[in-house]
This record gives sequence, structure tokens and C-alpha cells, in this order.
Amino acid sequence: MNSRFKTQYSKSKVVGLYLLLVMTILYCAGPLLWQFITSLKPDTEVIRMPPLLPQDATLDHYVSIFEGHPFLRIILNSAVVASLTTLLSLIIGSLAAFGLAKLDIKYKALILGFVLSVSMFPPIATVSPLYIIIRSLGLRDTWWALILTYTTFSLPLSIWILTNFFREVPDEIYRAARVDGCSPFQTFYKIMLPLAAPGIVTTAILVFIFSWNEFLFALTFTSTPASRTIPVGIALFPGLHEIPWGDIAAASLVVTIPLIILVFVFQRRIIEGLTAGAVKG
Amino acid sequence: MAEIRFEKVKKRFKDVMVIRELTLTINSGEFFVFVGPSGCGKSTILNMIAGLESATEGNIYFDSTMVNDLSPKERDVAMVFQSYALYPHMTVFENMAFPLRMQKTSREIIGKEVERVASILGLKELLHRRPKELSGGQRQRVALGRAIIRQPKVFLMDEPLSNLDARLRVEMRSELKMLHQELKITTIYVTHDQAEAMSLADRMAVLSKGEIQQCGAPTDIYLKPANIFVAGFIGSPPMSFFRCAVKKHQPLEIDINGFIILPSVEAIPEGDGVVAGIRPEDITVADQRLERDIEDTVSIEFIEPVGAFSWADVIWGGAKVRGILDFKGKGPEIGENAIIRVPKDKVILFDPDSGRRL
Repeated sequence: MNSRFKTQYSKSKVVGLYLLLVMTILYCAGPLLWQFITSLKPDTEVIRMPPLLPQDATLDHYVSIFEGHPFLRIILNSAVVASLTTLLSLIIGSLAAFGLAKLDIKYKALILGFVLSVSMFPPIATVSPLYIIIRSLGLRDTWWALILTYTTFSLPLSIWILTNFFREVPDEIYRAARVDGCSPFQTFYKIMLPLAAPGIVTTAILVFIFSWNEFLFALTFTSTPASRTIPVGIALFPGLHEIPWGDIAAASLVVTIPLIILVFVFQRRIIEGLTAGAVKG
Repeated sequence: MAEIRFEKVKKRFKDVMVIRELTLTINSGEFFVFVGPSGCGKSTILNMIAGLESATEGNIYFDSTMVNDLSPKERDVAMVFQSYALYPHMTVFENMAFPLRMQKTSREIIGKEVERVASILGLKELLHRRPKELSGGQRQRVALGRAIIRQPKVFLMDEPLSNLDARLRVEMRSELKMLHQELKITTIYVTHDQAEAMSLADRMAVLSKGEIQQCGAPTDIYLKPANIFVAGFIGSPPMSFFRCAVKKHQPLEIDINGFIILPSVEAIPEGDGVVAGIRPEDITVADQRLERDIEDTVSIEFIEPVGAFSWADVIWGGAKVRGILDFKGKGPEIGENAIIRVPKDKVILFDPDSGRRL
């Protein structure tokens, strides 16, 4: 690959390509980098510019987020909410997607279109009615308020992605499983699910990140650290006289780490196709 | 083993009539082949037998049981697919064991059965491999193994050999035939390859546009095609057809490119024209006259050697005709004159309107 790359492009082109790459990375990672720099600055330096880089780097903020705030509790809240949302969204989404991709159902296109239309409502338009529903269900300030809401809003995404992955599994494999004695449901979990694993993982990551980062609903439906998730928790870090930028930066970085690890671990899984060798070709 | 009976079965996909009306009995233990061009509905028939698709109208019986509403599992059929449809996440062993596992067979028996089938099909060395690590021929064998590992009522095969190279295909063809003789399980085989159909079938049905054109033993269909479609579809290279004038109706006298023949037919044509069909293998393109059959002088357009003999294309009566080259001594050049010889009793006549054989 590398040698072909070299023979195909002139030196100036390669330089240009890398320049573009570095610029893209800077553009994407810039805010993260800024957060990192800020998180290392002592409070006196935080809102001053210059210096760009911390003159007197300190880890104080990293210590203080765990000491001064219920930080571990909000991480736990987020972890539980995001995990359960992912699980629920995958269970419902994969069953729906399997039906839409492989079973003999009428008006499939219509159903898929309808599902998609759900995700087109701006959250701000639905937040008030949802709040009323959540309150009357007695779920305010609980994990379930967020889990139910997030599952609803992530389902269109799950269904769409998974339907496409299930569609890619050749029909003949589904038929073979049926002839070999599987009921449609057995076909689903014995054959289709393992074959759509890359899709499942992709969907899981997307749903998890969505639930991990969501702010509006979390802000509306929670009121105490008992159920507050990370974005809200961080935004509401109490400052004494000013906004604790340093702590916020440190906390933001810490909570990004699980996501980065998640994506790196499953990256290979997402890319590699599993259906190779199933049918001729 | 089961007898399979179709009773006025129709299948419609939205507005398209795929199977017009199928009434047919496939005998128990028979090797039955559906053959026809693509889109004729043959795979649909197979899927209806398997229970993967339901009939729009009519009934399907296994022996005396109506199976219309039974699931594939309840019908107890095994199927080999054109694309093999192996489970890519399972090893060869797991693939073949899968139907038994679904029947909740004990671990020991599964082990023994897989071993037995693997040795029949020469897969013993490959049991731990995954489908993607196998060649086309090996995958085909695994697909076959997965079907024969249990003793189903019916084997269904949907063009199982069409993805193999020519040599392997012929090899597997005779293996399939031998396997059938050994297991004696009703086998229904679908193909678009008429040669495959001829060599495998006990009986076959020629399909076109959702209808059976003719059903019978391969040789009967070859010798007595029911209509122009069957005559043109069965046999390779295909039959040549000529439009001919009827000289006299009683007794029938036909003018075929200026030669008068008195054919023996089952029905007298009503109009004053017929279509005459002659198989290439009955036509000789020679350098000498025998003064016995229809003989005419033609010029050679094209020669195609196939090893044991050569085909020669000539223009006769305005149409391109293929025949077996029979030149004593040196082979002819393109454009050289030759004698086309057609045995009178090999001419098959068809009604030009209905297409039916007379």
C-alpha cells in the first residue's frame, strides 16, 4: 500500500495531502486541545490570554472535580442511562429492523418513513409535552425518565442502521435457516444477529454517544445529582464567584475518555465485514 | 420420502402471474427436474414446496397431507441454494450440524453424522474451516452436506451447480445422481441448463412463462417435443425451424424448401402453412450425395470444431442451419459448396399458430 502510494503521487502532492490531514485534525481536535490546555492552567491564568500555554501547569482541577462535586455520582448516572438506553434501543431496534428487512410485511417503506419522521421533530418542540408525561408518570428526576426518552429518540437511528445491515445478509441465508428448521425468531438470534454484529456495534456506539452527550432533556427532567447526567452536571458546577472554567475543562476531558476507548476498541469490528464467504463472490 | 402433488396452484406477485396453474404429481423417490429459461417461475415452485413462499391459490400435498399452511420446519424438507447460503460465522462442522441441532439431536449423534457425511463428500479435512476459506466446489459440497445430513422427505435443489466451473459441474452432476440412487429420497431440482436436466432427471417439466409446456421422461421430450418452445429449448445446439407450405392435406404433403415430404402426423394442419423443425444432430453437411434423403447444394458459412466432430453452418432456404460436418478427406474451406442432407423421418412439424406439434 505504502509503496503504491509513493509511486502514484508526486512529493508535493503527498506534502499537500498531509497538510490537509493535519488541518482537518486540528479543526476537529482543536476544541479538545483547548480544553486540555485550559484544564492544566491555574485559575489565575484561565481567563488570561496570553499566555497560550500554561505557565504554571497544575493538576488541581482534576483533583477538585472529584472532591468538590458529586462527580462520581453523575458519571454513574450517565453510565447507567447510556448503557440501558443502548441496550433497550438495540433490542427493540434490531427486532424491528429484522422484521423490516427480512419478513413479509406490507408497507415497509411507509413504516420506515414514519419512523424517520419521528426523529425530525426538534427536541425543543417535544420537551414540554414530554415533561408533562414524565411528571405524570412520576419519573421526574429518575434514570428512567432519561432512558425512556433517549430510547425513543434513538430508535429511528437504530432501526435505520440495523435495517440496512440486515438487508445486506443475503436472503438465501435467511431461507436456508428457515428450511434447516429455524422459526423466524430463531433465525433472528442464531443467524442474523451474529452476521449483523458490525451493525449492532456501530449502532451501539452511536446510541451510547448520543445518550452520553444529550443535554436538553437531561437538564429538563432532572433536578438533583441523584439522576443528573454528565453534561448537565458539568454545566451546573457551582462556582464561588465565577464560572469554574478549569474544573469544567478537566471534567469534560475525563468524561470523553470512555467514549474514545469505546470507539477504539470496537473500531475494527465496525469496519470488518462478517458476511464474507457466505455466498459465492 | 414423499409424493408431492400440486393441485391448481397459482402464484401471483402483486400484478404479475408467476405460476399460471400448476397441476402435477411428483412421484415418491423420483428425481424430478424443472427446467426453463430464467423468469419462468421454476424457483418460485421450489420455494412454494419448501414453504418459503405461499401459493396464491390451490393446494400442495406431501402424500395425503396438505402442507399449504405448514412452516418449512414442519414440512421437513432440505434445500441446496444456488449461492450455497452457508452460515459464514460457523465452521464447516457447525454448518452441517446446524439442521440436526435444530432438531435437538444429541451431541454424540451429531458428531457421528457429520463425520459420516463429511467422509461421503470428502470434507473430513475441512471441518474446522469457515466458508470463506473454502473454494467454490468445497462450499457446494458443504451446502450439499447440510442438506443430506438428515433424512428429509424431499430434497430441493435450486441450480446448485450453476456456480461451478464446467468440469466440476459435470463431476458433481454424476455424484448427485449417485447420491440420489443411494438415498432414494424424492429430489426436485431446478435448472436453466437443459443438458443438466436431461442427464439428471427421471422425469422433467419444461416451464415457460409460468406454465408447464411439457412433462415427461427426458428422451420422450427430446424425441417428441410438445411444441415449438420445447423443441427449441431442449437440445443443444437448438433446433432449426423452417416455414413450409402444405401441398395437400389428405394425405399430408409438405413442401420444405422445394422438397416434398409425406410426413406421418397425429393431426392434420388446418391452414396451408406449417413449421418444420430439424435438430442439428440429424442434419449432415457432406461432400457426397447419397440420393436417399432430402439433399441440396449449399455453401458453408462457418465451421466450429468441437473435438470429435465439427459443426457447419450453412444457409438453406434463406435460413441459417447448423449440421454435422461429414467431409471425406480434407476439411472444407469457408464458402465452399457442400451437400446438406436431412433425413425425411427426422422432420418434426408444428402448427404455426398454436405452436403445437402435429
